[in-house]
Amino acid sequence: MELDIVTLSRLQFALTALYHFLFVPLTLGLSILLAVMETVYVMTGRAIWRQMTKFWGTLFGINFVLGAATGIVMEFQFGMNWSYYSHYVGDIFGAPLAIEGLMAFFLEATFVGLFFFGWDKLSKVGHLLSTYAVAIGSNFSALWILIANGWMQHPVGAAFNPDTMRMEVNDFFEVVFNHVAQTRFVHTVSAGYVTASVFVLGISAWYLLKRRHIDLAKRSITVAASFGLLSAVSVVILGDEGGYLASEHQKMKLAAIEGMWETQPAPASFTLVGIPDMEERTNHFAIHIPWVMGLIGTRSLTQEIPGILELVDKAEDRIRSGIIAYDALQDYRAAPSRDAVPPEAVTAFDQHGDDMGYALLLTKYVADPRQATEDQIKSAAWDTVPHVPTLFWAFRIMVGIGFVNVALMAAFVVVSARGTVTRRPWLLKAAVAALILPWIAAEAGWIVAEFGRQPWSIEGVLPTVAAASSLTVPTLLFTIAGFTLLYSVLIVIEMRLMLAAIRKGPQPDHGPEAPLLPARFAAAE
Amino acid sequence: MILHELLTYETLRVIWWVLLGVLLIGFAATDGFDLGVGMLLPFAGQTDLERRIVINTIGPVWEGNQVWLILGGGAIFAAWPPLYAVSFSGFYIAMFAILAALILRPVGFKYRSKRESARWRSNWDWALFIGGFVPSLIFGVAVGNVLLGVPFRLGTDLRIYYDGGFFGLLNPFALLCGVLSVAMLAMHGAAWIVLKSSGIVAERARRFGTWAALATVLLYAAGGLALWLFVDGYRISGAVDPNGPSNPLAKSAEIAPGAWFANYAAHPWMLLAPALGFLGALGVLWSLKTGREVRTLLLSKLAIFGIISSVGLSMFPFILPSSVMPGASLTVWDASSSHLTLFIMLVCTGIFLPLIVLYTAWVYKVLWGKVEEKDITEGGHAY
Repeated sequence: MELDIVTLSRLQFALTALYHFLFVPLTLGLSILLAVMETVYVMTGRAIWRQMTKFWGTLFGINFVLGAATGIVMEFQFGMNWSYYSHYVGDIFGAPLAIEGLMAFFLEATFVGLFFFGWDKLSKVGHLLSTYAVAIGSNFSALWILIANGWMQHPVGAAFNPDTMRMEVNDFFEVVFNHVAQTRFVHTVSAGYVTASVFVLGISAWYLLKRRHIDLAKRSITVAASFGLLSAVSVVILGDEGGYLASEHQKMKLAAIEGMWETQPAPASFTLVGIPDMEERTNHFAIHIPWVMGLIGTRSLTQEIPGILELVDKAEDRIRSGIIAYDALQDYRAAPSRDAVPPEAVTAFDQHGDDMGYALLLTKYVADPRQATEDQIKSAAWDTVPHVPTLFWAFRIMVGIGFVNVALMAAFVVVSARGTVTRRPWLLKAAVAALILPWIAAEAGWIVAEFGRQPWSIEGVLPTVAAASSLTVPTLLFTIAGFTLLYSVLIVIEMRLMLAAIRKGPQPDHGPEAPLLPARFAAAE
Repeated sequence: MILHELLTYETLRVIWWVLLGVLLIGFAATDGFDLGVGMLLPFAGQTDLERRIVINTIGPVWEGNQVWLILGGGAIFAAWPPLYAVSFSGFYIAMFAILAALILRPVGFKYRSKRESARWRSNWDWALFIGGFVPSLIFGVAVGNVLLGVPFRLGTDLRIYYDGGFFGLLNPFALLCGVLSVAMLAMHGAAWIVLKSSGIVAERARRFGTWAALATVLLYAAGGLALWLFVDGYRISGAVDPNGPSNPLAKSAEIAPGAWFANYAAHPWMLLAPALGFLGALGVLWSLKTGREVRTLLLSKLAIFGIISSVGLSMFPFILPSSVMPGASLTVWDASSSHLTLFIMLVCTGIFLPLIVLYTAWVYKVLWGKVEEKDITEGGHAY
């Protein structure tokens, strides 16, 4: 792989995003679990639930700071490394990020201080509301960032404006209620809930194996397993919904995930395992399950799912159409005023404008897409195929873990309900071993969603090669090295503090009980 | 969607220019004291306990305050996409330094007191110092460079090319602005520590605050003088349509000596901004002596408001001038997002910003009072 500006910028983005995503899912889920535990405390008044909230809250805090700290990097990086992207789609993409700040981050960050510092300063209900605010805030922030991301996967409600040379919003409600975004939101937050559930479950199981903090661990398992089972099922269902939507909007991504080179007669079979080969354009040692792919992708037995080769042919057609649009745009811009634009240029742009992004794929090879040779057009069409083996395996890892999580949660719900959880050491050991799984699944999920979007930064609109800033290779190497160093040191520190806090366990909590309501409300009772 | 036609594009652009100022001032007036506290931490606190008191004066609130910066970034992206694209990519290494320094803050606050080791704690104290000092300095340096003009060009497809490097940012005028920013935020941090602590810690903060306020006054005056003597402003030459599409290349502009003072000559009321800058900082000097703590903090906020506003007003309608291609300079009239996006974002801001102010005020009220020794040693929640 050549170390050019685009590759390095992508590498840096992937590093910082994957790192950020180590912390986010746990924050999303644990904030909800804290809210559940504290609700039980306020409703029953039993001190053990306050102790649980505080203990899991300590771990939440250690994780939260790194998520928050690396989140700023994510927001600033678009402008730093992807300045043409920022110019080209900022009119649409910037809004959800700003609304995320207004609606979610402020709520989350303002009240997280009270969560930690407010135990002696607030009534029980007052503190509980602060915890709710943190949970609602973090989940709303996921909503808005996934609305922004959903638009990258399926850009709706916007059109290209030749006067400003960028995409501009024409229907904001379409952007917000983009069904791709909504599906991905529920899938992602559910995955966060599973992550937190497995986290609580695994650590509690370890306590039970060590015969420590039995009361706290058993109660924690009950909460985590029931919440985790619902969430794990939701992850799988919404993941399936995502596959269905991909067959509509991101056919190439779906075909690459599946390693489906040729279009098969409907209903297509699902390749369970195999070794996809980018050179030969085939899979070796593939094991197929008949019908399954057709059912997932189209929910029918008759509809075809196009294979990679067919999609590449279509991409080539769209590149040729895009060149016409690009040519018309140059005529449009050469005209001294809007009225002076030649009518045939207007007609050509109207007809082919949707394909202009495909012409920009050629900027990888030639400055002016109109000068592209036949070979360059063919190469650009093949560039629309993401790296099939990576997607193929990342997807199978993610889905495999998804099903393991459902099984694990179901098993714990059963033993927890029967009260036999302490008598199943093998299950407890399995829970400890499973601790790492949700993180692997989350990272794999990011790879499927974002690496699978390549070569596009905005699907069909703006190729990644055209989106980067005009930086230099040494500059990028410097910041990549800097982030890598800083992030590596911090994760080591974080893991050690996390392990130390787990080993230390919950602290005795003899503090005086706060009144249920603030004094002025209590007096009115 | 017709609703957005209620406000003209020009009006929305001016409103969003004001909101840009509100967000930057909001950041400096809230997270600014967190940065200042970080800078003062190793000096205002000498023993471990004193330092923990200093840290815990901002412990519960810095996280919320920092969102002003995040919201500022998001709002610039949404309302002024070219500004976001040019400044963040142009100041690339400087932005990286800010990010690296800011990452140290949350981790520093949270992790510092989790271990007993004196060396561990001292290392984090210095990390927190960097987390306060570096961003304060760079924000000021960046503002200085914006006043000078930034070496960027735009292609016909509006692709951005940046001709300068990191070291080009470190010129004398910009460094002066950087030091001013450090002094201003150190003053603000000191005013906060004085309000939230007592005894020797507050006493030291009072002393540092006095020096910082004095430095703010002198450096602000020096900055204004240098701007007058050595820095050329920019001016739009020819016509510009305030309601036209956002394309910076549609207008022409030129470098013009004294142009940064033209607005004050045309609209003398604008002189109120620099006057408030001076009065606020002088007020802090006076108020620190007489001991009214809340008033000191408010005067410090007033100084910040005046100083930042004066930069914006001097440059209006310019937001980011280009020194190598003045015609490509970003102005209020040609660097915004679309009419519809500005309107939608205004509605969202109109709904949520007042709510944010309300609940933030409530949180500050809950946390009202000084941080005492027992808050650190008892309870186990303190940083």
